Formats: sequence, structure tokens, C-alpha cells
Amino acid sequence: MMPRVTSRRSFLRGASLGLAALSSFDGRGAYSAEGARLGFANGDRPLVRYPGKRALIEQTVRPPQLETPFSVYDEGVLTPNDAFFVRYHLAGVPLSIDPEAFRLEMRGHVETPLSLSLAALKRDFEPVEIVAVNQCSGNSRGFVEPRVGGGQFGHGAMGNARWRGVALKTLLEKAGPKPGAQSVAFNGLDSPVAPETPDFVKALDLGHAGDGEVMLAYAMNGEDLPWLNGFPLRLVVPGCYGTYWVKHLNDIEVLDSDFSGFWMSSAYRIPDNDCACVTPGAPKGATRPIKRLTVRSFITRPADDGKVAAHVAFEVRGIAFDGGHGIEAVLLSADDGASWTAARLGEDLGRYSFREWRTELSLRPGVHHLKSRAVNRAGQSQPLAPLWNHAGYMRHVVETVRIEAV
Amino acid sequence: MPRFRKTLILMATAASLAPALCAAETLTYSLPEETATLRPGPGQETAQSNCAVCHSVDYIERQPPKMGRAFWEGVVKKMVASYHAQIDEPDAAAIVDYLAATY
Repeated sequence: MMPRVTSRRSFLRGASLGLAALSSFDGRGAYSAEGARLGFANGDRPLVRYPGKRALIEQTVRPPQLETPFSVYDEGVLTPNDAFFVRYHLAGVPLSIDPEAFRLEMRGHVETPLSLSLAALKRDFEPVEIVAVNQCSGNSRGFVEPRVGGGQFGHGAMGNARWRGVALKTLLEKAGPKPGAQSVAFNGLDSPVAPETPDFVKALDLGHAGDGEVMLAYAMNGEDLPWLNGFPLRLVVPGCYGTYWVKHLNDIEVLDSDFSGFWMSSAYRIPDNDCACVTPGAPKGATRPIKRLTVRSFITRPADDGKVAAHVAFEVRGIAFDGGHGIEAVLLSADDGASWTAARLGEDLGRYSFREWRTELSLRPGVHHLKSRAVNRAGQSQPLAPLWNHAGYMRHVVETVRIEAV
Repeated sequence: MPRFRKTLILMATAASLAPALCAAETLTYSLPEETATLRPGPGQETAQSNCAVCHSVDYIERQPPKMGRAFWEGVVKKMVASYHAQIDEPDAAAIVDYLAATY
């Protein structure tokens, strides 16, 4: 969709430069009169419209971090490309890409290094498709108590899309890892401002990288990747946090050792225990890299702080997901957790997808607290009390929506 | 032929605003201009000139309120030690003072 702030004349002028309609984009004009209230202290945010995106919640500008307004998750089980959240680490965002000159390199500890164009990736390899949730490690960090530093997101640093591309396994087989290959490192076109700042590079064990599910996506929900979601190619690691889903992916290195870069060895680490949690304020203790998503569920309708008519049946619905076992059941409580009833699950788009659920309720007049609790096929669920860690990663708790019946 | 190609590009782009893969030219993207400013207070300019080298200062404004001196000390230390921000020690101390007093 064309940003409304772009005038017809500037749009046409830009159109002859390909995507660059957007070079005439007026930053100030992009701000909406409305804002978003994320529901925690210092949680008011402006809405801002970037090229190719609808009005999203502005977290930061340089580099851009944009949050999806929560109402989007009630629009459908797939998150539209123009509403999908954006999160960069380093301000060297690529602003110029030649799709014909673009090459994906696979190099390092392999028999046959590869250098593949986008056209070759689309033409020479059987496409694979998967519906999967991409959730930021710090999604919902603003709700963590006691508060911790970092990106202060509400619940909108997640999205569910149908990804299409090439299985990493296929490329690894073509390149042929040499004996002793252990891990695979992924780098994209984004770069730091200061050359001394560690470049954003992530890694997977060779076994995980070649599991047949990890893929290089060139399309999202049937279209090219949006620029800010990693055009023209990104890594998709189903069931794992977004930190691994390297954007603008152009370099894959097979290593004969564990990868030791900053973004694996120092950043994105969680307490090395079963709950990935510690008592607030306790020492960090041993850590390990963050990896699989925990079970989460959300009520998307009615909205938090909404009103409904008392004694009139209304629909309660939402989404649930986990790290890849798949959702088995979603339970709803209208009495603050005292009793739970099963909701009906929607269409199954695969074990890495959002799963829709719905049920009906009728409430007595007054304020009610609705809670949803999902259970996955491994029997894992959501705790009633939140867990805590120093970085505010992996928010994992039964969420509550306040409704007034009048 | 070149003219035809260009027309095709224009149509494809106008139709979807998605990057046109048939394009024989480089695609570009423009980010909005930066508008965030730091709150006034002693040390504001030092913070602006150092922090804004690598990121917009809304990173600071968005943090939880009243996190205290130890929090901001940790942040500045992380920027220097982990991200290798080129901030000299007197400036780092002034930035911590400013952030702890202002945010």
C-alpha cells in the first residue's frame, strides 16, 4: 500500500527509481495524530508510517524499531506484511540493494563454496513453505516487573507469516560441509556505525542448520520480503526467537568450531536453568543462548479495558503458539483463574504458526479479568505468575484482559 | 527495449510498492528523519554528541522511568565495553550523571 503521506507527484517521481518513491518520503509527515498506550510506565508511543508499512508503534528511529499495534492480531492468523514488526540492532541499515547484483555466499569449511543470485535461489531449488511465528526475544519486555532496560515493547514484537524460500539443508548439501564442520554463522547487509562495534552475526549448530526446516526466505505471505523485514533474503528459524532470523542475509559461513561472536557469546543469553529465570535481583549465574519460544496465548477480542453488554453472549477469541510442539488446547478463565473452560481451536496451519481459538461468554455486570492459558502437545503451559530474568527475555505468563460488563 | 523495461518497472512498483525484482537498477529505501531530542539538563550536550553517534536518543527516552544511577552506569559501561563506543572517561562520567539525574 502506498503511504498516505506521500503525494501523488512525489510518488510518481520516485516510482521511476523502483522502490524509491520513498526517497521523497517526508519523515515528519509520517506521524499520525494518534498514539499508542502500551500499558506500562513510560509506555506511550507515537504511531509512525514508514514506506511499505502502515502506521506502526514507534519504538526507536535509528536504527528503526517498530511495533505492531495489538489490534492487528485480531485481523487474522497471518500478520500482514505492512503491519509486521521491525527490529534492527545496528544503525547501518542497508538503504540501497541491487537485486540482480545481490549474492548469497556460502563459504568456510565446505568442499564447494557457493555464490548464488536471487534468481538462482528461486530457479534452481525446490521452494519450501512454512507458516511460522517470528517473536522478538524481548517481546513484552515493558511488562516485566521489576523493570529492566532494553527495548520497551508491548506485546507487538511478534508476527506470524507464510515464509517461502530454500531449505538451508539443500544449500548445505550442495556446498558439502567438510569433516569437522560444527556450526554455521549468518551475516546480513546491516552493519554497525563504528567499525569496532560487533557486527550482527548469529550462529546455529550444523545439525540444527541442516534440519530441513531452517530456511532462507525470499517471500513472505506471497510477496517479496518487506524492506525492513530483511529484503531480499532472510533466515527463518521456525520455533526459535527472532534474534536468529538474520535479515538481508548475504553471507553464510560454515565453521569447524563453535561460533564465538559477541551476539552469541555475550548477548541474547538466558539463565541456564529449566525456567530461564532467576529471582529478581539475584546474580545472573550461568547462561546459555536463548533459543526456543515458550508457550504463549493472547486474548485479541475483546480488547483490554473494553466494555461489553452484561448478560449478553459475546465472542472471546485470540491466538496461541509455542516453539514447535504445536498447541493442544487453550483454556479461558473469566473468574481470575478460579475455573477454566476449553476454547475451540481454529485451523491448524502447522506447529510453528499462531493457532486461533474462540469461545463465548456472558458476564454479570461489573469488572471481570479474563485469562487465557494454552497447553502444547508436550504438556507445557503458561505459568500464572511471571518469570524474571535480567534481560527481560522470554516473557512467559498467563496474560490478563480487563473487561467491564455494563 | 530499455524503455520497455523501465515502463514495466514503473508499473510493477506502482501496483504494489513492493521491490520490483525485474528491476535492472538498484532499489533504495528512505528512513524518516530523526526528531527525538534529549531532555534539558547539565550534560545534555555531552550525552547528545556521544550517544547519537550510533543511535537516536529515543533509545534513552523510552527506558523505564527513574531506573537510578546504577542502571545508567551499567548502560554507559555496556556501550563502551561491549559496543566499543569511543567515549572518554570524563564524558562517560558526565553522561552517567546526566542520565541518572534526568531520566
